[in-house]
Amino acid sequence: MKIADKSTSAVSLVKAALDKAEKYQKTHHIFNWLNQDALRQAEEIDRKIKNGEPVGRLAGVPYAIKDNYLSRQGETTASAKILTGLSAPLDATCVEKLEAEGAILIGRTNLDAFAHGSSTENSFFGPTKNAKDLSRVAGGSSGGSAVAVALDIVQFATGSDTGGSIRQPASFNGVFGIKPTYGAISRYGVVAMASSTDVLGFFAQSAADLDLLMSITAGQDAKDQTSLPDFYGTKDEKLEKQKLGYVKEFMESPALDPEIKAALEGKLTLARSKGFETVELSLPTLEYALAVYYIIQPAEVASNLSRYDGIRYAFRSQKGKDIASVFSQTRSEGFMRENKRRIMIGNFVLSSGFYDAYFLKAAKARTLIIDEFAKAFSKVDAILTPVSPNPAFKLGEKVDDPVSMYLEDVMSVPVNLAGIPAVAFPAGETKSGLPLGLQLLGPRRSDKNLLGLVEDLC
Amino acid sequence: MEITDETMNHLAELSNFSLDSSEKQALKQDLASILRYISKLDELDTTKVEPTYQVFEMENVWRADDIFPQDADREALLALAPESLEHQIKVPKVL
Repeated sequence: MKIADKSTSAVSLVKAALDKAEKYQKTHHIFNWLNQDALRQAEEIDRKIKNGEPVGRLAGVPYAIKDNYLSRQGETTASAKILTGLSAPLDATCVEKLEAEGAILIGRTNLDAFAHGSSTENSFFGPTKNAKDLSRVAGGSSGGSAVAVALDIVQFATGSDTGGSIRQPASFNGVFGIKPTYGAISRYGVVAMASSTDVLGFFAQSAADLDLLMSITAGQDAKDQTSLPDFYGTKDEKLEKQKLGYVKEFMESPALDPEIKAALEGKLTLARSKGFETVELSLPTLEYALAVYYIIQPAEVASNLSRYDGIRYAFRSQKGKDIASVFSQTRSEGFMRENKRRIMIGNFVLSSGFYDAYFLKAAKARTLIIDEFAKAFSKVDAILTPVSPNPAFKLGEKVDDPVSMYLEDVMSVPVNLAGIPAVAFPAGETKSGLPLGLQLLGPRRSDKNLLGLVEDLC
Repeated sequence: MEITDETMNHLAELSNFSLDSSEKQALKQDLASILRYISKLDELDTTKVEPTYQVFEMENVWRADDIFPQDADREALLALAPESLEHQIKVPKVL
């Protein structure tokens, strides 16, 4: 991470970031908001450096937040019409920790509204374009953050990963992304999607940068009951002679792009040449993970999004005549089609008569998936898999076909259901120049070890 | 599992949406294809399996009954609402 010091000023770092942000905004549509106060904040850091006052580990580092993070700076919209105009009266704990170390907010990045999607096409403000190919999607839901890092506008950006929303856009744009252990980073002040799988994480240009960001932001927070006591970096030693697993069912999947498969095989060969043992694993229950996820996640979405009713937050439809029609008109106008699909599916699987067949069944299948991972991690230290079956697809290709869009997540959601960490990293390009990404999965609390392993494999 | 118009009306009511007929038809098709996909779970035997609802290692922790200052005060929270009047959120007529 390039931080401001006596030789590099925060102002020059921030000015370069703002210039690039404005330039690429025209072509890629990355930001929902740009911080006009950033230069003043940079001057403040430079003044401290000049006076010899202490500055943090991220002094003057330009960064971006996914627009579902609350902050007093700018409006938090989650790229949804129903939240437009929301000026948050508080900062997310994660934002607070980053800015306490001197990081400077450049802007808020685009996402699929409420993080529902795998392409950033479901944004009320329109899609973000892929960093390498303007005819292709950025991936999602944290598409704007991934592209902001890939185009080197900012040195890092925040994301949230409920089913793959950090790792898939990271791999579509050729950057590093971490989905930490469930509970590693406080989620206080971030718009909730599916509470049993939501985690916060980061995009950066190296595993070492992700390590620094984790060491700054991980830890327990009284404002988030699900945050874990800080475990990150408490065991600094890296395991020697690790065993690396790969999943037979993923490798044999007809949906897997041959170039991704070849990249994965290449990394396994590299691992063996570095002294790792590689082990083929059979994880047959993962085939059901996507179905489990698209029951549990919409159920939690339906509950979490019931609070947006035109009464307490920002947007209220003018079409409502009485209280009931204010609720329903606000929700009908304020949500995107994909939000509506998920809310309705969620209410379906939770409704009387269908609860046992869908929600309860999925909750039981989730146990089987967790058990299968536990068994796998008794044999190996980490598992190498693709992030998604294919590289970035064309804009418009899947947006009207929800199931084909959901299938994007088929290799990323098992991680979220089990609450384990995963790190996505670049693994070359296709012949046509599109980035390829892989991910390394580990048992709970192995986040730091995974980042070390990724460095070995890159 | 077939989605009927009646089911759609029920789901729209549960979700608090007022949908016009074209949107309702489009969503009906979407929901039918999603349900077809998630019904794949029927193949999986889950008898005698305990359900998992959360992956947090939950244990009860007692804390002192102290009051912590909140990040936002009453006025800041009221300012989030589309309309407010005399320190209260203003809503359309309820009765």
